[in-house]
Formats: sequence, C-alpha cells, structure tokens
Amino acid sequence: MQFWIIQGLNSLSLGGLLFLLSSGFSLIFGLMRLANLTHGAFFMLGTYFGATALRAFDGLNLWVTALGAGIVVAALGGLFERLVLTRLKSNPLGQVLVTLGMAFIISDACLALWGGDSIPVPTPQNLQAPTRIFGFVFPTYRLVLVGCAIGAAIALYLLIERTRLGAMIRAGVDDRQMARAVGIPVSNLFTTVFCLGAGIAGAGGVLGGPILSAYPGLDADMLPLALIVVILGGIGSLLGAFVGSFIIGFIYTFGTALFPELAYIILFLPMIFVIAFRPQGLFGRVGA
Amino acid sequence: MTRIAFAILAAPLVMFPFFAGDFYVNLASQILIAAIFALSLNLLVGYGGMTSLGHASFLGVAAYISALLTTRYGLGHGLAALLSIAGTTLTAAFFGVIALRATGLGFLMITLALSQVLWGLAYRMSNVTNGDNGIAGLTRPVPFGISLDSAASFYWFALIVASIGLVMMTVFVSSSFGSSLKGVRDQPRRMAALGFNPWMIRWITFIYAGFWGGVSGLLYVYYHKYIHPTSLSTTSSAEALLGVIAGGSGTLGGPVVGATLVLLLKNYASAYVERWNMLLGLVFLFIVLVMPTGITPGLHRLAARLRGGPR
Repeated sequence: MQFWIIQGLNSLSLGGLLFLLSSGFSLIFGLMRLANLTHGAFFMLGTYFGATALRAFDGLNLWVTALGAGIVVAALGGLFERLVLTRLKSNPLGQVLVTLGMAFIISDACLALWGGDSIPVPTPQNLQAPTRIFGFVFPTYRLVLVGCAIGAAIALYLLIERTRLGAMIRAGVDDRQMARAVGIPVSNLFTTVFCLGAGIAGAGGVLGGPILSAYPGLDADMLPLALIVVILGGIGSLLGAFVGSFIIGFIYTFGTALFPELAYIILFLPMIFVIAFRPQGLFGRVGA
Repeated sequence: MTRIAFAILAAPLVMFPFFAGDFYVNLASQILIAAIFALSLNLLVGYGGMTSLGHASFLGVAAYISALLTTRYGLGHGLAALLSIAGTTLTAAFFGVIALRATGLGFLMITLALSQVLWGLAYRMSNVTNGDNGIAGLTRPVPFGISLDSAASFYWFALIVASIGLVMMTVFVSSSFGSSLKGVRDQPRRMAALGFNPWMIRWITFIYAGFWGGVSGLLYVYYHKYIHPTSLSTTSSAEALLGVIAGGSGTLGGPVVGATLVLLLKNYASAYVERWNMLLGLVFLFIVLVMPTGITPGLHRLAARLRGGPR
C-alpha cells in the first residue's frame, strides 16, 4: 500500500513539474505557431541557476530563487525572441531550427560551465521532515510541489480568462490577423508570451531541482516528455497541458517503477492512441 | 557530353584511394555514408515538405539490429543485413502511420518524440543494447570473399552503395511518382482534388526514405564496428537536417555538399575545440539567418550584398 501511495505522489509531483514545463510550451505554440525546442534547455538553465544560487548562499529561500531564476530565464528568452525569432516571422521552419540550434548552444554551455557531474539541489530545511497523513508518510516537498503546480495552473487560467492581457492572447491564438486588425500589438504580445513561457520553465526548473538535481542531458530528458504531454493534451490548450501532464506523470512514474526497461515504450502508447483517434489531442481545438 | 562530364567526375572518386592516405580515405567513406543519409532525409524535407527531426531513428535501428544479430545471435552478415533493412523499413512504415497523422510542425514534433523514445530505449534497455557502453567488437562483412577491413576496400564498397543510392533516389524523384510528391508538397488540396491520395504518397516516401536511412545505418555500423545510443540522438538527426538545409534542400547535389561540409566541420572542429554541439547550434543559427535557402543560392546573395548593389 505504501508503495502505491508513494508512487502516486511521485507521479503527481512529476506531473506538476511537467505542467510547469509544458504549459509555457503550449502557450507559445498556440499563439506563435512556434514549436519552441529550446524549452527543455530553459528548464535545465533554471535548475542550474537554482543549484548554483542555493549552494553559494546558505539559507537562501527556494521560492525566491525560483522567482529570480524565472525572471533571468524569461529575460534571456525575451532577448532570443527579439533578436532572432522576430527576424524569421514568415518562416516557421526556420524558427524551429533556430530554437533547436539555441537548445544545443545552451546545453553545451551548461556542460562547459558546470561540468559533467550532476549537482544536487538541497531541499528547503523546513520541508525536509516527512508529513504524516492517516498514518502514511509523505515527503513534504513533493506535496508542496503539487500545490505549486496547481497554484500556477489557477494563476495561468485567471491570467488567460480574466485579464485584458489574457483576452488579447486568446484573440491572437484564435485569429492573429483579425487581432492585429483591431489594434492588438501582436508582436509585443509574442515577446510577452515567450518571456512568460520561458520564465515558467525556468522557475519550474528550480522547483524540480530537489527531485531531479541538475545534470547534463536534463533538457534532452524533459523536452520529449513535454512534447508528448502537448501532443496528448492538445497543442495550445492549457487544460490539455494540465491533464496531459498528470497522465504522463503517472504513466512515466509507474512505468519506471514496475517495468523499468519498458518505461519509454509505455510512455508512447497513450500518444499513439491519441494521435490515432484524435489527432488534435484530447483538448485541442486546432490541428498542429 | 554528359557522359564525359560524368567520367571526369567519377574517375577521381574511384581513383581516390590510390593517391590519398588512409586518413583521408576513411574520411571520404564517412562522407559517403553521411551523404546517403542526407539524401534520404532530403526526400522527406526537400521533395515532400515533411521536415523530420527523427531521421536518426532509421540509421540507429538498422545499426542496432545488425549489431545485435551478428553478435548476440551469431547470424551471418548477409542475413543480418537483410533482416535489419527489413526491420528498419517496417519501423519506418509504423512511424509513418503515426507521424503522418499530422503535417508541418506537428509532424516534426512527433518524429522528434518517436526518435527520443528509441534513444531512451537504447540507453535504458541495457541488457539488450548494452546501454551507455554501446555494442563493440563488431565485424565488417566479407561480400564475395572480399575483405572490407582495409580503408580502400571499404571506401569502394561505400562508393558502390552510395552510387546505387544516388541513382535510385534520383529515379525516385524524377519519376511521375516524384512529380506527384512535389505536387503534394506544394498543393495538397489540389492534388487530392485531382484524385491523388496525398497521405499514401507521403507514406510511401516516408518508407522509402526510411529504407535508405537504414542502408546508411548499415554502412555506418560496418564502418565504425561499434554502435552507441548517441547515433540515435537528436544531435544525430539535427546534423543530417543541417546538412540538407545548408546544402540546399530539394536539390540532389545540395544534401551531398551539405553533409560533406557538416562532416568535415565536425572532424576538423573536434580536433581543436571540445564544444561540437555548441558549434553545431551556432552554424544552425548562421545558416537559417543568413543563408536560409542553402549554400549555393546563399553565396550568390552574399556576393551581391558585398558588391553593395541592390539584389
């Protein structure tokens, strides 16, 4: 029983991390029609920033670090979008290739800067003690992480559905030309959303640090998971990213625990089913 | 006239091992392998308008099947080669069914995800694939009793296979099927209205490209006598895609030029700098931003800009 509960919680916390990663990817894709392959690298960059900051300054708050790393990664993403991606406006293929090139540059730069060994990220001290609920023992940090992801989901939902910025983003997703025609600054909106997506990924990287730790190849591990989540949930849909993240979180965690060698195959079965019967994804409105 | 041009072009290629050292002959063999691989990817990218970021799957699958069959099950090279090409072609047929549910960026993401799944399998299923250690101690085949262990003999073997590949792929794209493929790339709706089946045309092309990807994978594993999960990685797919785009996609010569450049760059750069992936990324940015249509048209444009005149 303890096994199932612990693995269930692990699944939820991985799902939460995947949501922080894939929600930004999905938003960027929905608005900009851009498959941002740098997204895994943004996540990894966040983890490395977090690991470095937390190890350098004793007693630094994890949440402050996550916020700081998120802002730094968002700024980097914004620069990349302004300097490179805007030049390739009418060339979606070129944009993807550039994001791939950028992913290679970032991951190699991380390898050069931080070396090949994995760097553990310390769990905050006040969250190290396990929590007891109904006689079962839970690692507190993972519980908090799930809470964070749900909080982020609610905040994003409110941002998209209830604010003026969100209304502009929705207009841009639905009909970019019409949005431009009624005076929405779509180009600035692109930069904003790209920064937002990159920032969430960077902050998610810090929060994932205590579980995953920072290591070279983290980006290559996370990016396919994000792709599968987004393909499964539907591109551009926040709800799809949310549901897809937790589905993949469960499948991947239980797959790894029960059939460690076949985890990757099990991971890709739901994707095949969804593509076969619902190519636009579970909650997607538009085909890719 | 074309025959003379062909002879002038072919003679140095055939004679190459007589006047070059082993190092350069081996480099040339690697270029031939990369060229077949790039040409097969170009069928998808250039002629089919399907940008795949998972083409290394087919290279890796063929190489792994051949390596496993010859070492673990002690099969002969002939049978192992047949089975691995058949296995790769089947994999391509299966992946095609999944990936071709989407087009454009969706297709790209699905091919990337599928190839990452294979990469993960090669890494994690260590009792079969030997994981991060790779499979070493492989041998080269001995076709008709001719040993391929010397640099020159392997070069000629690769040259023969590459020539067959080039001819077969040229025939493919210049056939009426090739025309319908280009039609589907440019105007899928009109082609459908004319009674063509765009999906079937794309799928057949995908399988054919997978077949030649598998052939290059076989040559790859014969050449290196070793296989490691990195040959299935995104970097490997991206190198080939860079070659195709750098040389000029949708042309027959372009991918060969591009693949040659990427391979030479990789070989020479890795002698001086450790950071091949970073260089690869920078070259990607440079090519896409400065020469988006490939080297040959890009050079013309650059020259025009340097002369200062309006294009």
